[in-house]
Amino acid sequence: MATAATTINSAETHPVPNAATIYWKEAKYEFLRSLRLRAYSFSVIGFPVMFYTLFGLLMNRQDTIGGSHVATYLLASYGTFGVMGASLFGTAGALAAERGLGWLQVKRASPMPPSAYFVAKIVKSMIFSAAVVLLLLLLGVAFGGVTMPVAEGTKLVLTLVAGSLPFCAMGLALGYFLGPNSAPGIINMIYLPLSFCSGLWIPFMFLPHFIQKIAVLSPAYHLAQLALDAVGAGSHGSSATHWDVLIGFALVCLGIARIGERHTEGKTYS
Amino acid sequence: MITAVETTAEYVENNASRSAAAVARLRGVSKNYGEVQALRNVDFAVRAGELVALLGPNGAGKTTAVKLFLGLASPAAGTVNVFGGNPTHSQVRTRIGAMLQVATVPETLRVREHIELFSSYYPNPLPLAETLALAGLEDVKNRLFGELSGGQRQRTLFALALCGDPDLLFLDEPTVGLDVEARRLLWQEIRKLVARGKTLLLTTHYLEEADALADRVAVINRGEIIAEGTPSEIKAKTGGRKIRCISRLDVETVRRLPGVVGIEYDREAMEIRVTSAEPVLREMLMLDPGLSGLEVASAGLEEAFLALTAEDNRAASAAL
Repeated sequence: MATAATTINSAETHPVPNAATIYWKEAKYEFLRSLRLRAYSFSVIGFPVMFYTLFGLLMNRQDTIGGSHVATYLLASYGTFGVMGASLFGTAGALAAERGLGWLQVKRASPMPPSAYFVAKIVKSMIFSAAVVLLLLLLGVAFGGVTMPVAEGTKLVLTLVAGSLPFCAMGLALGYFLGPNSAPGIINMIYLPLSFCSGLWIPFMFLPHFIQKIAVLSPAYHLAQLALDAVGAGSHGSSATHWDVLIGFALVCLGIARIGERHTEGKTYS
Repeated sequence: MITAVETTAEYVENNASRSAAAVARLRGVSKNYGEVQALRNVDFAVRAGELVALLGPNGAGKTTAVKLFLGLASPAAGTVNVFGGNPTHSQVRTRIGAMLQVATVPETLRVREHIELFSSYYPNPLPLAETLALAGLEDVKNRLFGELSGGQRQRTLFALALCGDPDLLFLDEPTVGLDVEARRLLWQEIRKLVARGKTLLLTTHYLEEADALADRVAVINRGEIIAEGTPSEIKAKTGGRKIRCISRLDVETVRRLPGVVGIEYDREAMEIRVTSAEPVLREMLMLDPGLSGLEVASAGLEEAFLALTAEDNRAASAAL
């Protein structure tokens, strides 16, 4: 086939650039971009820190919830809250804006491998997730009397960072369907009620009974239970079930994101 | 039958020579967005080493043509061929640079960082310093994109198109919204690329821009190419020069003179559009010794363009 021969020919004279370099630079600059974007970096780190300081460190500090210190219990739940925010805004917010306002198309016209763009958004979100959890952990140990073995702390951080992936997938799905201007508002309308119903603000057992029933459907509830389990606070259900639900949720979201990608290609790229 | 890829390779090694070999081609391409017919059966080629301007009013189909060339859109009918292949192939994309109309660019990255990132996509990018120099961005390389002026923003997008040292560049309305000074500055940078032997397709609705930059102009209106040629050929098509004078000759006499395309009155003066001024003037001066207030000017591309699109629009409404 003449076309194939031609493209092979041009590939010889123009070697393909190093894919690892592209992925690295894409992730590095996505991280820098977000770090400098105060609307993102200040709010996704600031809100969990503020809530945790207020409710976990300043108030209720002598109390216990289900046998654990409030400061330890809320470390897991506000850690989950922080990871959700970093992931949803880091993927959905960025994708909706860049797709809706034409920037993604400039990238698409370049030889950038499309997956580099998405991997960069996910890696960036995971780094911010790790930063939020570490910061809360540091605050808890320094000012909240939180004590735990290093292994337990490590497990908490790893659980929450891994648990950010389903929310990154959810963010990609949302990013394809939200408009560039309405995205932040709509993300908040999903993020905040979901956090409340999943027991991230008020411990699960204090929630009204009917909300407890709904919470089981929320991926945030399952991640919070895994985080509570990591720090040895009273958790519900089995870890295997929680992971299964999160993996299933992530796959469904990726499927929706794929549909969204095709849908917008139908509009923008065809 | 719809085939996006052509199998006949018109692969061109030497793009420095201004030969007629096409490096990118639309053949019988139609494209519609729902009810709106953006392009109708368009045949259009970009030849190696030339700067061709696609000139047309807003909504004529210019951006659609560029998107088809870039593989960002697929044709409803016809074929798109770039460097002998499908523009979505990465081997083809590494030889192409594009400057698109974009509402926003990430504002918290520096000019230098944007260029470094885009350079990494290409196998043989230009050194950063050379890209900055070509786009005239040396002084602002450490500024965040959000801190740039309109002209600097456009030049940054221009830098992203050229940083990979591509053979073929697509510039979609590169100077839209810029003031005169910023526009002329970008023109200078575009000419530097032409001097380096690059092939460029530029879309514009500024007639002056096509006239100032292009080797060849294709006029597009309502999704169809209605005229094609060098800027002077396009001008000649609707009367190359304009004679203005005060004469007692009547309209009918003047109209019968060879090479007269049109006559209009501006107050007491007669404005005659002609393909060539000298034969008409010779006759007129002989017939009317009292002819006064004589001025001869070349008809601008603007007039040619207005005449061409007006004719085309009249034909379209007559057909309805």
